[in-house]
Amino acid sequence: MIAIIDYGMGNIHSVNKALQAYGAETIITNKPTDIQLCDKLILPGVGAFGDAMLELKKQKLITALLAHIKSKKPFLGICLGMQLLFEKSQEVDQTSGKATLAGLGVLKGMVKKFQDQKNLKVPHIGWNQIKAVNRLASEPVSRLNRQTGKPANRQTQECPLLKDVPDNSYVYFCHSYYPDPKDKSIIAATTDYGTDFTSCVWKDNVYGAQFHPEKSQSIGLKILKNFIELC
Amino acid sequence: MLTKRIIPCLDIKDNRVVKGVKFLGLKNAGNPVEVAKAYDAQEADELVFLDITASLEKRKTLINLVENIAKNIFMPFTVGGGVANCDDIRNLLNAGAEKVSINTAAVRYPDLISDAAKRFGSQCIVVAIDAKLVCQLTGEPVCQLAGEPAHQLTKKWEVYINGGRTPTGIDVVEWAKHAADLGAGEILLTSMDYDGTKDGYDIELTKAVTKALNIPVIASGGAGSLEHFYEAFTLCDASAALAASIFHYQEYSIRQVKEYLKEKGVPVRL
Repeated sequence: MIAIIDYGMGNIHSVNKALQAYGAETIITNKPTDIQLCDKLILPGVGAFGDAMLELKKQKLITALLAHIKSKKPFLGICLGMQLLFEKSQEVDQTSGKATLAGLGVLKGMVKKFQDQKNLKVPHIGWNQIKAVNRLASEPVSRLNRQTGKPANRQTQECPLLKDVPDNSYVYFCHSYYPDPKDKSIIAATTDYGTDFTSCVWKDNVYGAQFHPEKSQSIGLKILKNFIELC
Repeated sequence: MLTKRIIPCLDIKDNRVVKGVKFLGLKNAGNPVEVAKAYDAQEADELVFLDITASLEKRKTLINLVENIAKNIFMPFTVGGGVANCDDIRNLLNAGAEKVSINTAAVRYPDLISDAAKRFGSQCIVVAIDAKLVCQLTGEPVCQLAGEPAHQLTKKWEVYINGGRTPTGIDVVEWAKHAADLGAGEILLTSMDYDGTKDGYDIELTKAVTKALNIPVIASGGAGSLEHFYEAFTLCDASAALAASIFHYQEYSIRQVKEYLKEKGVPVRL
């Protein structure tokens, strides 16, 4: 059973339907008990970082969510749902005016805003390519250790979420913020938009996509299928 | 590399596609879900649904339709038409829209843009602008037959609301800049002068707006040939090009447009 957390922050129908199309049993829920019982968990999200954290708190979902992650059962965060995994975000909270916001802290690092650059339109909206980061591919410069110039913490295999997804596949993005993990070894894919930013993360049983697999046609469906097939 | 987007637009009235869609082999060409599925199969980059239903009562069924679309297609789409407040936006996003487009309400209550951007993020707030050319000196619409040499005038465009029925006196470029400052994440710019003409996008209008902004702009109104898409991207720096009849009547397929653009060196997803 795959639980999709419905906390009033964005689309759940497309992802639910996609999972069902591949024969997965799903439940759309905001009940901690359902989260405890599921084998896999998906946290979607469209909206503001602060609001989303507030909703998770209000609906008392955080404990169950963290327990799921701790139990090593597969977890997928999509877009804002992935950003929430990090320690903090540069997104300004509109009610409190706080300049940095605390996230769930499952992954170390900061969610940053695309910097103003000439000819770089923000938000980043549309179809862009993902480059898988794994031991077979050459390491992107951003993953090199500054002192030694050698690749830092190389992963020993490709991210299971991106299994059979051709390199440089196009997926759909719609965001102004992106994650900057402290531990570069959790980067599963990068995307070029002014800079090579992290578009997919993977740490043990935790997966996160900055793009929307549920909106990325055949490639996105393949990624969701890979998630279903994780043990 | 981020690619340029090709976006078919569907007008929806009382949950039916209007203005005619003539897909071959489509049993129910008025059904938005069926049309959306056909465009999904063609790998359109996004879809735009504009609800032109007149009555508020009937409009409520729109949410069900959006949910139904989201369950049937796995591609991004924007919904607009009659969006009046943050609750409308939240409901459409939760129903499955990737982005929500606001037009008249944004002009009447610009705070709606900033409120919505704060609550939902700029990335899902599209401000749609219907633009009409006005003569700067007199404020009168330029009559093309008057023989007035156009180059003597600095072109200005006026924002129209209520589905293009009501002029506002507001300058389009100024409004677009203001909307972006308030937090709009994208501008859907429709030229009322070129819409339906198939003479191509309004190059000067689109250029004037993209130059003034640092957010994506969708060019709309006037697409009639493959070259027109090329112009929108290369001459105007639009991030996306929207078209309706050219696709609905199968004059060109999405693929044909993209193949043409690719050959010309425009980055597209193929």
